[in-house]
Parts: sequence; structure tokens; C-alpha cells
Amino acid sequence: MSKGKMVLTLFLTFLKIGAFTFGGGYAMIALLEEEFVGKRKWLTHEEFLDIIAIGESTPGPIAINSATFIGFRQAGFFGSLFSTLGVVIPSVIIITAISLVFDRFMEFKYVQYAFEGIRVCVVYLIFTAGLRMFKGLKKKPHSFVIFSAVAVTFIAFYLFGLSFSSIICILVCGCVGLFVYAYESIRKKREGGAER
Amino acid sequence: MIYLNLLLAFLKIGAVSFGGGYGMISLVRETVVSNGWLTDNQMMDFIAVSESTPGPIAVNMATFVGFSQGGLPGAILATVGVILPAFLIMLLIASVMRGFMKRKGVNAFLEGVRPGVVALIMSTAVTMGLTLLFGVGEEKLRINVFGLVLLAVIAGIAIGYKKIFKKKISPIFLIVISAAISLIFNLIFAIS
Repeated sequence: MSKGKMVLTLFLTFLKIGAFTFGGGYAMIALLEEEFVGKRKWLTHEEFLDIIAIGESTPGPIAINSATFIGFRQAGFFGSLFSTLGVVIPSVIIITAISLVFDRFMEFKYVQYAFEGIRVCVVYLIFTAGLRMFKGLKKKPHSFVIFSAVAVTFIAFYLFGLSFSSIICILVCGCVGLFVYAYESIRKKREGGAER
Repeated sequence: MIYLNLLLAFLKIGAVSFGGGYGMISLVRETVVSNGWLTDNQMMDFIAVSESTPGPIAVNMATFVGFSQGGLPGAILATVGVILPAFLIMLLIASVMRGFMKRKGVNAFLEGVRPGVVALIMSTAVTMGLTLLFGVGEEKLRINVFGLVLLAVIAGIAIGYKKIFKKKISPIFLIVISAAISLIFNLIFAIS
């Protein structure tokens, strides 16, 4: 396949994935695997799992991470650019179309009634998404310390009306992770030294 | 300068949002509320729509917020902002830093970030729930009895579905059920 044709194929494939996956990044994983591992055989199963692991460990939507990575592997920079555009364009078109009528739509009394219930559902969905991720955390003592410290601080700040910065919070958590790692490796070295 | 603000706000969000669309919610909520762009209720409506339409939730949210503040250019700038960091980082990893993710320091950093992000997601849900159901943070505390009952019903349906069909209920289905229950309840209440 020529490079130009590959870029086009990537664009169309990701356009399709962007237009038909409901439920965000994780629902997309199944579709990506079917497309690239099953149908096109561009990636082995192992490579695919690696990409997902990298996507989960880097900031940003996982769909964008995997589109960029797969695109680059298949056709370099333009491959990654057009794969990413492909996955994003359907969202932008659909949400823009909805936005155009959303305010007028929300003026209807029946719609307001429905959204009163939907908001409760959203709270439930966010909480259970968090709960599922909580179950997937590595069972290490410092994970639970970080989790509790962040949860307590966040909720306390909210109750007292103080402003909380998630960005700073995330960076501090990362530094705590680095600190724990450094501490453990120093301790291991010392213990290793004492045994000898 | 709303366009520049949107771009910068979503660049920041895109650069630190670990944990997918839900991981981004606390960041977006802070941004839109502190800038006075949206209320908490509007934010929840946007999340529901972003969840029920195709595409990555993060991109849908960015487009939605961007459009509400700056029309189509706003939508495009917010979307570019949210995806650009992910795009550039992945480009670097795919091209020159293949081994980067395997570095121990990166891994240690992420092991600290993950529980923090999970805590942010769950606390965001808790505080949204406190506001919605008990009026915490509003002028007067109140109890939203209907909301509490609905929450119990939703949880019952989701858990029951999982027990019977051995798989997770679709969020869209759950949103539609909640909308229907709320609509019917409000109509009955309005008539009587």
C-alpha cells in the first residue's frame, strides 16, 4: 500500500470508529482491536496491549493516544495526524449540531423534567466509573494513603467553599509516587548492604 | 479574550488528564465553574449528552463547552486544546522515546497519580451528589427526596442487570431510564 493510500485508509477507519463508538475510550478499545488486530492484522495482540497500556499511562483521551500511535506506526507523522483528525471529526460535528439546538431544547418543560433525573444518573455513572477504577488499583499501602488524602481534602475543600486545584493535586500525587519509589530503593540498597 | 482562554484552559486539562474521560471531569468542572462559563447543573447535562453521543467523552465535553462559550471557533479551539498534549506526547513516544514508558521513574510517578485520579473522580461524584440531593454549597440546605429515591432505583437496576445478564448495563440505557422515570414522576406530580 502506498503511503498516501495508507493515510487515507487510516483516516477513514478512525472516522468510522469515532462516529460509531458510544461510551468513550474504553468501549473504543474493543473496536480498535477488532479493526487492527483482527481484520487488518497491522498489529499483534501483544503490540495492541502495549499501546493500550501506554495510552492509559499518558495524559489525554485514550482514543487520541491510540489513534496517534497506530497512525504513526503505519504512516509516520501524516498517519498520526489524519488518524487523530478522523477520530475527532465526528464528535465535533455531532456535538456542534446538538449545541445549535440544545438551549432551545432545554426550554421545554418536559425536557427539564427528564434532565432532573438524568443529573442523578450522571452522578451515579461518575461514581461507579471511579469505583471500577478503584478496584483496578494496585493494592499498595501508599495507593490507599494517596486515595484517602485526596478524597478527604477534595470533599473538605468543597464543603468549606475553598477552591481546589486538580492539576496541582495530580502533580503532587505523582511526586509522592516518585518519593515512595526513591525511598524504597534506598532502603533496599541499605538492606542489601547489611546482608553482605 | 474567550478564544485564547478556551484554548489555554483545555490545553492545561489535556496535559494532566489521566484516566480517560471521567478523569477529566473534575478538571473541566473546576475550569468552567471558576470562569463562570457553566453551572454545576449545566455541566451534568453536558456530561450526559457527551456520554450518550458517539466519540471520546473528553472530546465531546471540550467541543460542548467550547461551543457554549465561543460558537464553532470556540468548539474547535477547545477540542484542539484537549487533544494536542496527547497527540504530541504520543508522537514523541512513538518516534524517539520507545523506551520512555518503561523507565522506572515514569512508572513510580504514575503509581502516585492513579489513586489520586480515582479519588478525584469519586469525590467529584460525591460533591455533585451532595449539591444535587442536599443543596450543599447552595443558599439553603434541602433534601431532594425524589432524587434520593431515583438514585436508589438506578443503583438497583444497574446491579440487578449485572446479576441477571452478567455484564455491565449500558450508560446510555441507564440515562434513558432515568429520564423516563423523572418525566413520568414530574407529570403525575404536576397533575395531582
